[in-house]
Amino acid sequence: MARGGEGPAPVRIVVAYGFWIFLLSDIIMFSALFATYAVLSGQTDGGPSAHKLFELRHVGIETLCLLFSSYTCGLGILAVGRGHMRGFYLCFALTFVLGATFLGLELSEFVGMVAHGAGPSRSAFLSAFFSLVGLHGAHVTAGLTWLTFMVAQTAVRGPRDFVRRRLLCFSLFWHALDIIWVALLTLVYLMGAR
Amino acid sequence: MEEYAGQQVSTVEAGDEQSESSGSIATYTAGLGFALLLTGASFLVSQTNLLWAPGVPAGLAVLAIAQMGVHLVFFLHIGTGSDNTNNVLALGFGVLIVTLIVAGSLWIMANLDTNMLPASAIMEMQR
Repeated sequence: MARGGEGPAPVRIVVAYGFWIFLLSDIIMFSALFATYAVLSGQTDGGPSAHKLFELRHVGIETLCLLFSSYTCGLGILAVGRGHMRGFYLCFALTFVLGATFLGLELSEFVGMVAHGAGPSRSAFLSAFFSLVGLHGAHVTAGLTWLTFMVAQTAVRGPRDFVRRRLLCFSLFWHALDIIWVALLTLVYLMGAR
Repeated sequence: MEEYAGQQVSTVEAGDEQSESSGSIATYTAGLGFALLLTGASFLVSQTNLLWAPGVPAGLAVLAIAQMGVHLVFFLHIGTGSDNTNNVLALGFGVLIVTLIVAGSLWIMANLDTNMLPASAIMEMQR
């Protein structure tokens, strides 16, 4: 790993590299759905268009939730690195609450759309919308489950090296979800609502 | 449990690096500030009537790419350190594949869209 005579790279670096490769493959999978959405976003089949459906205030709150949860997640990793366990639990509790708020807002948006006859079966545009945004939501759900397990594992096993590496992987995953959300916000909501 | 026993030794030495390469509170706060600024700018650009309308999507794309850069550098710590070379190379490859998939799909579909007969004309031919 470009280290010359210093011997093998530390385990933490290798683990983060492997997990980074996984995240990139995940982003490539998302790119296929982004391409699908970009192609189909105009095909509304006489149904509601993006301009009519999206409420930017709602989306703005969702964005803030994700952004701040990314921040608290990063602070949690710093806290555990320095052995401040109470700070770690506080930060990860905040991360969970913010992530769950995001998910709740997204679900209420989906339920409202389906109730107004704008479900995924209405048009090609809505099918693409629900697959893309829904997949991101599924990732957030998986992230929240993982977060819960990691907090439990930290509580039981203590902040040992392997627990800290897993926490590092979780934080990479959570930050990567935020990057995908930036693309989603711009392409789907901001460009759609104009 | 055994598998961790060996690693325990090697990562203890790396403990000192831990704090430097996973950033500091200042890094995260700066990242949050930049991200908030860019998000605010995106919302503003998409809502305002003051800008030349056909240029707005390009402006939004630039803001989004800038924000992804901020996330990568300040939150994911993809930087120029010697431990980071492989991460940056992998990122470059990922960006190449994503560009191929997105731009390629849009190009091919736009081409098909212009060159294909409309559905009504196909029905006409089948008669």
